[in-house]
Amino acid sequence: MTADDTLLSTKAITKSYGSGDAAQQVLKGIDLTIEKGSLVALQGRSGSGKSTLLSILGTLLKPSGGSYEMLGTDLVDIPEHALADFRNSHLGFVFQFHHLLPDFTALENVVFPAAVSAGRETLKARRRARELLEQVGLADRVDYRATELSGGQKQRVAIARALMNAPELVLADEPTGNLDRESADQVMDLIDTINGDIGTTFLISTHDEKIAARCHDEIHLDEGQIFDA
Amino acid sequence: MLYQLKIAFRYLSAGLVQTGLLVLGVAVGVFVFVFMSALIGGLAVYLVNQTVGNIAHVTITAPERTPAVLYGPDEGALVAIEKSNARSAQIRSSAETIRTLRQMQGVSAISEEITGNGFVTRGDIVKPVGIIGVLPDKLSAIADVKSRLIAGSGDLPIGSILIGKTLAEDLGVGPGQSLRLTSDKGVDSALTIAGIFTFGIDRLDARTAYVNLKTARGLLGVKYGVTQIELRLDDLWAAPDFAKRAAAVTGLDATPWTANNTQLLSGLQAQARSGTIIKGFALITIVIGVASALLLSTYRRRSEIGIMRAMGAGKGFVIGVFVLQGALIGLGGGLVGAGLAYLALSPFPPPSEISTGSLPIDIGQGGFGLAIALTLAGAILASILPARTAARVDPVTVISQ
Repeated sequence: MTADDTLLSTKAITKSYGSGDAAQQVLKGIDLTIEKGSLVALQGRSGSGKSTLLSILGTLLKPSGGSYEMLGTDLVDIPEHALADFRNSHLGFVFQFHHLLPDFTALENVVFPAAVSAGRETLKARRRARELLEQVGLADRVDYRATELSGGQKQRVAIARALMNAPELVLADEPTGNLDRESADQVMDLIDTINGDIGTTFLISTHDEKIAARCHDEIHLDEGQIFDA
Repeated sequence: MLYQLKIAFRYLSAGLVQTGLLVLGVAVGVFVFVFMSALIGGLAVYLVNQTVGNIAHVTITAPERTPAVLYGPDEGALVAIEKSNARSAQIRSSAETIRTLRQMQGVSAISEEITGNGFVTRGDIVKPVGIIGVLPDKLSAIADVKSRLIAGSGDLPIGSILIGKTLAEDLGVGPGQSLRLTSDKGVDSALTIAGIFTFGIDRLDARTAYVNLKTARGLLGVKYGVTQIELRLDDLWAAPDFAKRAAAVTGLDATPWTANNTQLLSGLQAQARSGTIIKGFALITIVIGVASALLLSTYRRRSEIGIMRAMGAGKGFVIGVFVLQGALIGLGGGLVGAGLAYLALSPFPPPSEISTGSLPIDIGQGGFGLAIALTLAGAILASILPARTAARVDPVTVISQ
């Protein structure tokens, strides 16, 4: 793997909550490198630190120690507004509970990341959002409100939203955890296709062995440490 | 800003009933604000019209003649100064003074007068009166006597007199009859009653008598000039400043109406303060209402705020969304409240035309623009706390819930 292939790397990332005797160390020195275009499963038991690691990689949480670099940018010592801009441009999120904006249509939800950076919904952005919704099989649900969609449809809208600004990395936290098997397979098919066609990197936190088996790489986390990457 | 406005509008339109009630609450506050402004303003106009409507705004008189002191206390002399009572102070060069006053800005009417005291006698009945000698064409220049006539005419030829309704009733006389007027200078004259007026103020109706300026000159022993010049101004509240300027220009004493109506002024000021307090409470209610509603919205939409932050929306973006919601509520409530107030207050006649017992509403003093602007500012202010609370939402915490 060359430096050009590296999307992100962390060195000795730690995260503790609380202080003094009550301090709880959730991550205990994570060294991690993820290549561009990879499809990686992050596995581990509940409480192993998966969500905390995803939050740190998603720049939603600051690590207590260590370094984190993505696309040549140091993401630990960076001002908050610059971090928000970086997140908007280079990162996408898919959560277990879709977290769509309920009062907005599918199209408006997908456009959101682009509108935040542009300050308005441009025609170009709306066109791209429509294409993405077609890509995830929701061309006929463009103007449906989030509350009018099924669980699987909502998650597909969330994936389209995550892809709106063409991010290099999409972090998915149990994206199929709240779906039935059929919907889960459809969502995973979609992620697989996007990863293959566009080359977007996915890091998927999951308990589901079947989902993990469809990924190219696996990271196993236990008690805040990677034991088999 | 445009996109934040869209989100703010969408959030408000998503809960139409809640937003409608909130806007209605703000509108009620604005209605109270406008109503109180129009009522307090109208009351002031009404009271001033009732009390000041028939008096001069500024009265010019000759300065009191104080004897010159030749020896002061430092020189070991006991000095006693007695006010000169030999004759009433007169403005001898009245024509020149009137010319000067007429050139001053803001003067709407001038009337030169000779005033004094006397008694009217009819048979055995004797009543004290204040004598006002005026030029016939200036009879209504200061107090609109002609419009207050209830009998006879307002012509005031030499040898005639206009008396108030109460005095006429006390004396049992009417137009065309005569009575005897004796001045405090001891001069008396038989005068024919030309007309009877009423100002609706018993003190004036019982004690005021208008005579021709020439009649007054003889009765009160004023051979030259006049005893006072009365002025009406375009803006009665400009009287104190005008009086200062008039005194400086003429070298005479100039007394504004405010100097002799301190109780009325303090009453009006107390009334205005009460109105301000009520309007202040209305604004505070608006601020609390908007703040609490938006705080509730912040709590309800925490996960959405978290997701916005995760998608790269900065704190400023989130603050903008909530401040704009406050602004939209304030503007909407302000416009609705002002509109309702306008519709409700429009049918009221101006305070100068109302009948006794009616509400003196002056819609011109409703302060519609101010009410909308203050409501908008108050609603924006009220939204700052919820907006800051929203901006502090931790995306990790709310997304994982």
